Amino acid sequence: MAATKEEIIAGLADIVNEIAGIPNDEVTEEKSFTDDLDVDSLSMVEVVVAAEERFGVKIPDDDVRGLKTVGDAVTYIAEHQS
Amino acid sequence: MNATNRTVVVTGVGATTPLGGDSATTWEGLVAGRSGVRALTEEWAADLPVRLEDLPVRIAARAAVEPADVLPRPLLRRLDRSAQFALIAAREAWADAGFTAKAGEDEAIPAERLGAAVATGIGGVTTLMTQYDILKDLGARRVSPHTVPMLMPNSPSAHVGLEFNARAGVHTPVSACASGAEAVGYGIEMIRSGRADVVVAGGTEACIHPLPIAAFSNMMAMSKNNDAPEAASRPYDAARDGFVLGEGAGMVVLESAEHAAKRGARVYCEMLGQGLSADAHHIAQPEPEGRGIAAAMRHLLDTTDLKPEQLAHLNAHATSTPQGDVAEIKALRQVLGEDLDHVAISATKSMTGHLLGGAGGVETVATVLALHHRTAPPTINLDRLDPEVDADVVGAEARQLPSGTIAAINNSFGFGGHNVVLALRTV
Repeated sequence: MAATKEEIIAGLADIVNEIAGIPNDEVTEEKSFTDDLDVDSLSMVEVVVAAEERFGVKIPDDDVRGLKTVGDAVTYIAEHQS
Repeated sequence: MNATNRTVVVTGVGATTPLGGDSATTWEGLVAGRSGVRALTEEWAADLPVRLEDLPVRIAARAAVEPADVLPRPLLRRLDRSAQFALIAAREAWADAGFTAKAGEDEAIPAERLGAAVATGIGGVTTLMTQYDILKDLGARRVSPHTVPMLMPNSPSAHVGLEFNARAGVHTPVSACASGAEAVGYGIEMIRSGRADVVVAGGTEACIHPLPIAAFSNMMAMSKNNDAPEAASRPYDAARDGFVLGEGAGMVVLESAEHAAKRGARVYCEMLGQGLSADAHHIAQPEPEGRGIAAAMRHLLDTTDLKPEQLAHLNAHATSTPQGDVAEIKALRQVLGEDLDHVAISATKSMTGHLLGGAGGVETVATVLALHHRTAPPTINLDRLDPEVDADVVGAEARQLPSGTIAAINNSFGFGGHNVVLALRTV
């Protein structure tokens, strides 16, 4: 069953917390992974791989570049999850 | 800024070792003659592709404080264990030197005048093996994007440089078990040549894993005294049977004397310089007469202000191997003659085990503190001195060093035939 938007945000918050140590409640849609959440380009790959596993999506490298904010990722996952 | 032969001093020390999570605890352990060697446990082996009982060597000197108890989780994911140790020790040394922020932010040191020289002998070997297991078991997609920056041997140096904003240069000499000492020597030269005013220098290692253990053991280099871990590392003792693998890091803050005086820094001692040579004998065996070591000693005497009559202390390389310990003493006797008789020799690996590329760093810290406290640490497990060791080895009890101006040397030698001798003097 597809995850809801809220479930995706909560899942991403867990992932960002694990990888970058940012408190879950600070991981909100308008936040930039790089500028606000201490996720550099290498850690972004970790976030993407963890998200792929958690939500059953494939996020090709070319699409990762478009995921600037948490909101971008939520939209992408919502549209692509099976 | 292009001054040469500037006086170099030590203004900070830091360490995380099998004896303690900082330099003070490590020093206490050394003076008290505590062993950091323990039996490896089933818990340690739980996630490893080997059964503990199948390993020929089941002892090691693991770090007294786990990096996971000190560093935040995101950093642990991005740093190999060797870089974790380096960062912990470097932070202590930096604060101990009286700096309150990174270079540039702390006005006492511009970023362009700070360097780092941090070595490892092996590099991120546990990262490589962990990621290989992930590749086999979970697939290519799951291999960490941090793998390369974690396993490269310059990673600890680079992270220390990043931590303090070192822009004068960040370097990683690699010479097996001489690496840490070579890094300290490199740091001295950076200041001497005018490239930097302050350098964070030292060594780190983290390779207590079944593969290096099996490999070293198959070279017949390691002690197999599995039943008595604390008695296994016994340099100079007639019954020694090899080294015990240790892990951790030791760092010093090196500084030009002028720069230290200008900012009113506390000075531990002077670094007189280094003597270097190579054996050109065998890839892993020490040259039995210690000719290469003697050449390094002579290089030291020829190129520094070290006066043999002032020598009061030696932190020996002395890893507890049958051949190496004797070759070192032969070389010292050959070069120093009767001056060796007033040198109190300590083999601190009897307590810390052998930290490989970390050894030169930790033992530089130990030598700095030995001069500072005028105390030569004990050599534990010395029940019966090898009759071939014709020198004054400090036994079970720490010994007070003389007053007045005294000097010390710290020896490190590595597979490949690398010889590094560092000289230090009280101020």
